[in-house]
Amino acid sequence: MAKQQPRVDAVIVGLGWSGSIMGMELTEAGLNVLALERGADRTNEDFAYPKPADELQYGIRHTMMQKPKQSAVTIRRDLDERALPQRKLGAFLPGDGVGGAGAHWTGVLIRPTPTDLQLKSFADQAFEPGVLQDDMQIQDFGVTWDELEPHFTFFEKVCGQSGTTGNLNGEIQEGGDPFEGPRSEPYPLPALQDTQNTEMFDKAARQLGYHPFPNPSANVSRAWTNPYGMQLGPCNYCGFCSRYGCLNYSKASPQTCILNALKQRSNFAYRTHANVTRVELADDGKTATGVTYIDGDGEEVFQPADIVILASYSLNNVRLMLNSKIGKPYDPVSRTGVVGRNYAYQVGGGINMYFDDIDFNPFATAGATGRMFNDFSPGTFDSAQHGFIGGAKMHSSQASGTPIKTSLPKSAPKWGKGYKDALRENYGHHMKLSMTGSVMSYRSNMLDLDPTWKDPYGMPLLRMTFDWKENEQKLSRFMRDRLREIADVLKPDRMDEGFQLEGSHFKVTSYVSTHNVGGAAMGTDPSTSAVNRYLQSWDVHNVFVPSGSAFPQNFQANPTDLIGALTYWCAKKIREDYLKNPGPLMSV
Amino acid sequence: MSSRIHNRQRRDFLRGSLTMIPAITLGSGVSLTARAAEQAPALSDYSPLFFTSDEWAFVLAACDRLIPGEGEGPGALDTNVPVFIDRQMDAPYGHAERWYMEGPFVAGSSDLGFQYPYTPREVYQRGIALTQRWCQQHHDARFESLEADTRDQVLSALEQGEVDFAALDEEWLTSDDFFSWLLQHTKEGYLSDPIHGGNKNMAAWKMVGFPGARASFRDWVDQHDVEYPLGPVSLSGERG
Repeated sequence: MAKQQPRVDAVIVGLGWSGSIMGMELTEAGLNVLALERGADRTNEDFAYPKPADELQYGIRHTMMQKPKQSAVTIRRDLDERALPQRKLGAFLPGDGVGGAGAHWTGVLIRPTPTDLQLKSFADQAFEPGVLQDDMQIQDFGVTWDELEPHFTFFEKVCGQSGTTGNLNGEIQEGGDPFEGPRSEPYPLPALQDTQNTEMFDKAARQLGYHPFPNPSANVSRAWTNPYGMQLGPCNYCGFCSRYGCLNYSKASPQTCILNALKQRSNFAYRTHANVTRVELADDGKTATGVTYIDGDGEEVFQPADIVILASYSLNNVRLMLNSKIGKPYDPVSRTGVVGRNYAYQVGGGINMYFDDIDFNPFATAGATGRMFNDFSPGTFDSAQHGFIGGAKMHSSQASGTPIKTSLPKSAPKWGKGYKDALRENYGHHMKLSMTGSVMSYRSNMLDLDPTWKDPYGMPLLRMTFDWKENEQKLSRFMRDRLREIADVLKPDRMDEGFQLEGSHFKVTSYVSTHNVGGAAMGTDPSTSAVNRYLQSWDVHNVFVPSGSAFPQNFQANPTDLIGALTYWCAKKIREDYLKNPGPLMSV
Repeated sequence: MSSRIHNRQRRDFLRGSLTMIPAITLGSGVSLTARAAEQAPALSDYSPLFFTSDEWAFVLAACDRLIPGEGEGPGALDTNVPVFIDRQMDAPYGHAERWYMEGPFVAGSSDLGFQYPYTPREVYQRGIALTQRWCQQHHDARFESLEADTRDQVLSALEQGEVDFAALDEEWLTSDDFFSWLLQHTKEGYLSDPIHGGNKNMAAWKMVGFPGARASFRDWVDQHDVEYPLGPVSLSGERG
């Protein structure tokens, strides 16, 4: 018999961005709220200078990331391959501990476009039948731009978003992204400073007729006090951002933006080293009674709660739903069931360019430093004639200049005197042209429980089935050709490239992106979505899942802004309607 | 993109003006600084924590060829890279403390990543022993006693997977895998903060122009295409 804790009004699983936002919103509504975090506590003191300035510890050994020992994922590329555990981290780096990935992210805070939220409707209108792959199963999010806009605006104020406004209430603004959806307010802060690579990229992109703008950043460009009274200091371009905690109170994170305000509230508490293994359901299976977790002493504890918020990383939320039997698991053969359906990711590619006579000083940079253009997002160009749907943000970003990760030409010797010469000659003389592309959802890209491997608590690991599909390979080829045109303008001394073209398969060994989304898609149809448009489980009405797991497919931008906005959207509905009348917020 | 001459003038000017700026004050009382305040040991005086003396001889002889001292810039032995590797093997990393090491272990596509039951410590123990056996068979000598050119050939054979570990009854580890660990750790030791045991005197950072743990460039970020004039600092406050 598990030890039992006193009942709370709401229990939050995971104390990253979503969990912290939910903590603020639900305590404000007067609820007694408890957050359970499976990792360690982590405060700004942990990031005091000079601790983060250690590439080996953070950039290479992944000290802020999840330990596969506790939460590995097994991976296969198709339904016939045997999935094997990802024994050490590689392609993606989920966070661990208080703050989650929000403590070590790069800080690119960008909205999707209005079209991205209604991609299926767009596809039906813009593509002739038969153009798109028949195993594609893209969907609308079930929530519109106008509904989310106030929540983007608020979350961006929480983060002190820095950038250049492109569309203010329908009026296109000089220097911003003319393809962005209409914003109700300008960016809270001006853009970060440009670096040498961004200046070059900007010039070349404009010459080719594109519309570059500064990467929207949650590394703040000026001192900022957010709506919770939390203060951020202007970024000092320290060069240790993506994969590192911020040593300067400049990168928006749950720590810098929310948690110290939340911890003041007497109706909020959190426990660390509390590893939730399942959500417990009432006998009828229609409501949750609380969660069971393993505490730091290895003891099993039952935490009763009236509302359960799954705010862990997307992959873990899906795993918790599967292990707790919340919703019907997806079956890729019959194409029935919803939990694990529509797992998606992000496709990357780029051209590495080397200039002997240019000093880029890549160590003097913010995480989000760079420029991008959005001329190739769905609806802004005709991709139907090229046989694919989706888009890519095209950018030159410079997240860090740490030396172990130095990019060298492919032709350079890997060791010996030649390696040393190549390192000396190329460090600081490199810039990259990149594309970050959307990934659609498909019948066989999915999540379920692994039949073989288990975690230290005896629970099955999550099994990921994922591969690059023809649509993304065509997209990659198209974007590669556009980036090559930019490279032609810039004329580097040396260059090489890497893209996911025809015949390429997903590799778990090298980093791609920590933009794992989907698996518990949101929507308005319970036969194709695991949660409704308010992020509420269709099957267990007091379970809400505000997370990247709600994306029915992935768009070309970074996910955090949408995850934040969706969390506020979900919280608003709970506060305005659910608390008064607990039950399904949408009828089946 | 400014011309090189113009650049040099700006650089000289900036170098002059920057020396007036007080150097970064490193946080005092940070526990990280305790160990590194010690002088980095001479490689010849160092007693390995993990490697046996035979293994140590291999590591020294291999690192010496992976990043040799010849030519411009320091080599792996000049910068105590073997000390770094030894300390890493003695640390939780060497024990694969963060990794998922539960069975069953099943071989699969290399695209699915690391799939054998060995910690980094075990990879070195097995990899070194197998390489030494191969050297005995093919050169009738231990690796460390081979000429530099011959050691390069052995390392190339390891890198290409041409040293057949399976023929020496090794079930999991291949020679190219072993080589890639060794090379990765060598580069890490060369380029990471000296607090971890390598990059002695920040010599590799000075060679490439990385300013180390300075981590404050608000006054510099808008100086485009100008070589940064200051040397590196380390986590322990060492200045170069």
